[in-house]
Amino acid sequence: MSTQSSFLPRFFNGTALTALVILWLVPTLGLFVSSIRDKDQLAASGWWTSFNESKQVTFARTDLPETQQQIDGQFVLSGQLTADDGTVFTNVLAFGSSSRDPEEVPAGETATLKNGAQLTVNSDGSYTYVQDKEITGSRGKRIFFAYGQPPRFTLENYDNVLDKGKIGQAFLNTLAVTIPATVIPVLIAAFAAYAFSWMQFAGREWLFAVVIGLLVVPLQTSLVPLLRLYSDLGQMFGFESKGYPGVWMAHTGFGLPLAIYLMRNYMKSLPGDLIESARVDGASHFQVFTRIILPLSLPALASFTIFQFLWVWNDLLVALVFLGQGEDQIVLTAQLRALLGTRGSNWEVLTSGAFISIILPLLVFFALQRFFVRGLVAGSVKG
Amino acid sequence: MTEQIYSALIAILIGVSAVIIYFWGSNWILDALISKSSRANKEVLREKIRPWLFAGPALFFLTLYLVYPVFETLWLSFQNSDSTEFVGWSNYAWLFNDGQFHITLRNNLLWLIIVPTLSTVFGLAVAVLADRAKFGTIAKSIIFMPMAISFVGASVIWKFVYHYNGEGDTQIGILNAIVVAFGGEPQFWLSMEIWNSVLLMVILIWIQTGFAMVILGAALRSVPEETLEAAIIDGANRRQLFFRITLPQIMPTVIVVWTTIAILVLKVFDIVLAMTNGQWETQVLANLMYDWMFRGAGDFGRGSAIAIIIMLSVTPIMAWNIYRFRKDEAGR
Repeated sequence: MSTQSSFLPRFFNGTALTALVILWLVPTLGLFVSSIRDKDQLAASGWWTSFNESKQVTFARTDLPETQQQIDGQFVLSGQLTADDGTVFTNVLAFGSSSRDPEEVPAGETATLKNGAQLTVNSDGSYTYVQDKEITGSRGKRIFFAYGQPPRFTLENYDNVLDKGKIGQAFLNTLAVTIPATVIPVLIAAFAAYAFSWMQFAGREWLFAVVIGLLVVPLQTSLVPLLRLYSDLGQMFGFESKGYPGVWMAHTGFGLPLAIYLMRNYMKSLPGDLIESARVDGASHFQVFTRIILPLSLPALASFTIFQFLWVWNDLLVALVFLGQGEDQIVLTAQLRALLGTRGSNWEVLTSGAFISIILPLLVFFALQRFFVRGLVAGSVKG
Repeated sequence: MTEQIYSALIAILIGVSAVIIYFWGSNWILDALISKSSRANKEVLREKIRPWLFAGPALFFLTLYLVYPVFETLWLSFQNSDSTEFVGWSNYAWLFNDGQFHITLRNNLLWLIIVPTLSTVFGLAVAVLADRAKFGTIAKSIIFMPMAISFVGASVIWKFVYHYNGEGDTQIGILNAIVVAFGGEPQFWLSMEIWNSVLLMVILIWIQTGFAMVILGAALRSVPEETLEAAIIDGANRRQLFFRITLPQIMPTVIVVWTTIAILVLKVFDIVLAMTNGQWETQVLANLMYDWMFRGAGDFGRGSAIAIIIMLSVTPIMAWNIYRFRKDEAGR
C-alpha cells in the first residue's frame, strides 16, 4: 500500500495513529499510576499531576492560650503549625479563618478573623495570632490551611486491597476456577474434534452443524435451567449447589462449541495420508490420536487454551450465578464489582484491585499473543 | 492461606485427572473387552463404538449445558415466577407493555448499531494506518491490549475516567478535568440519559477495536497485489485504491467482524452491571434478565422470557452460519 509516500499523508497517518494509541493507552495508564499513589494525594489531585506537589487541606491548633505573650498591649500567640502526630508543616500555601474557606488568604499575608483577631501564617508554617483582649479557652485556636505535599508513591494500596479488600483470596479462588475450567474443555474438545474430523460415525455431519449453531447461543438461555438443575440435584444428593465443580462444568459446556470448531478445522487440515498409513500399520484411532494428531495440533490447542483462560478469568456472569459470593468462592471480577458498590469512591482500593485482576491475563496475553491472534483469525474468518 | 492453596490444588488435580482417566480408561476397556470376544469382525465393531467414546463427553456437555436449556428456558418462559403454573403468553405480554423493557430495547438497538460499527471502523483504520507506520507493531499491541482485560476491570478503568467531583472541587476524572480546562462545567456523566449509554458503549468499543483490527489486518494482507497494481497503472489515487479496490475485496470479512461483535453486544452484561446497574435508563437485555432472575426470590418466568428474546435475536445469525458451513462442506 506504500504507493505514494509523499510527506504530508505520511505525517497525517503517523499523527492519526499516535492519537489513537494515546487514546487507547491513557485510561489504563491512569489506573496504574493511581494505584501506586499515596491515597490522599490520589483523592485530591488528578493522576496526570502526580509528579507535582499536591495540595492538601487540613487544620492544626495553635499552642495553648496559656503560652500567650503580651507585647505592646496586645496578646500574641506564635509558633509553628504542627499536626497532632508531630508532623511539622513547612510548605503552607494558603490559610483561612474557617473550615469553609481554608484557602482564603495566601501564605505570608494577614487575615482578620470574625472575632477581630489578626492571624498571619507564613509559608514556612510559622504563625502569629494577635488579639486586643486576652486569649481565652483551654485549647489552641484552630487554623485551617492548605499545604503542598511532595509527590509520594507507595505500594500501601496493594497491601491494603490484598488483605482488607480480600483481593488476595479472590485471586486464589479465580485460579482454582480457571485452571480446570481451561484444561477440561481443551481435553474433551480435542477428542471430539478428532472424531469429527477423522472418524466415521452416523450423524457426524449434522452433529457438527449443531456445534456450529451452538457457537452463537447466548449463555443467558442456559442460566435458569442449570440453576434449577443444580439446586435440585444438590437437594437430592445433599451437596452444596454452588461450588467449583459446577462452575468448571458450566465453563466446559459453554466453551466447547468454539473449542471443537477451532480444533476440528485445524485437524481436518492435517494430511490424511499420515493417518491412513498409521491405521494400515495397525494403530488404533486412540494411538493415532495421542501419538500423531495431538502433538501436531499443539498450535490449535494453545490458541484455544489462551482463549478459554482469558474468557474464564474475565468472566463475571457464570461466577455470579454458579458460585457462592462468600470469601471462600468469590472470584476477582465479582469481588471487584462488590468493591465498586461498597467502596465506590475509594479509588486507591479500586485501582489497585483492578490492576491485580488484570495483570495475569495481560502477561499471558503479551507472552502468547501470536497464538491468540492465530486462534482469533481461524475462529472468525470462516464463521 | 496455605491450606486454601492446597485444597485448590487438590481440586484442580481431581478435576483434570477425572477427564484423563475417562479417556484412557474407556479406550483401554474397549480394547480389552473386544479383543477377548471371539467375533470375527471385532475390529469393525471396535471402531464403531470408539467415535462415541471420543465425542461422548463433548456431546454430553453440549446437550446438558446448551441444547436442553434452550428448550427448558422456552418452556419456563410460559410459566409463572416460580415455575409452578402455566401462564401462556402473559410473561411476553407483560414484557411488551413494560416501560422499562421499551427503554431496554431502545438501548440494545443503540448498542447494536453503534458498537459493532465503530469498532469495525476504528479497527480497520488502525489496521491500515499501522501497516504504513514505523511503530505499527507496537501500536497494534497497544490497541489490542484491552482484549485481555475483563469487562469489570475495564469498567473500573473507565469509571475513573468519568469520575465526577462537585463543582469547584479538583476533578480527578480526566474527562471532567478536560472539560473544566476548556472552561466547561463538570458533569456527572453517568446520569445523563442517552449520553451515559454512549459512554458505556465507549468501553466495549475500546475493548473490541483490537479484535476488529486483527481480523481485518489479516484480510488486508490477503488482498492480491496485482489488483492494486492494476488500479495504480490505471491512475487510481490512494482514496480510490482503498474504497474501490481494497474495501470491496475484504467486505465479507468486514461483515463477519461486524456480526461477531453484534452477537457479543446482545450479551453485554458486566459493563452495565458494574457501571450503573441499569440506573438512569441504561438498562440492556442481558442485565435486565439477570435482574429478574435474582430480584427478590427470582422471577424465572420473566427472566426466561427475556432470555428467549436474546436467543431469538441471534437466531438469524445462527441460521446463516449453519447455511454457510453446509455450503462450504458441499464445495469440498
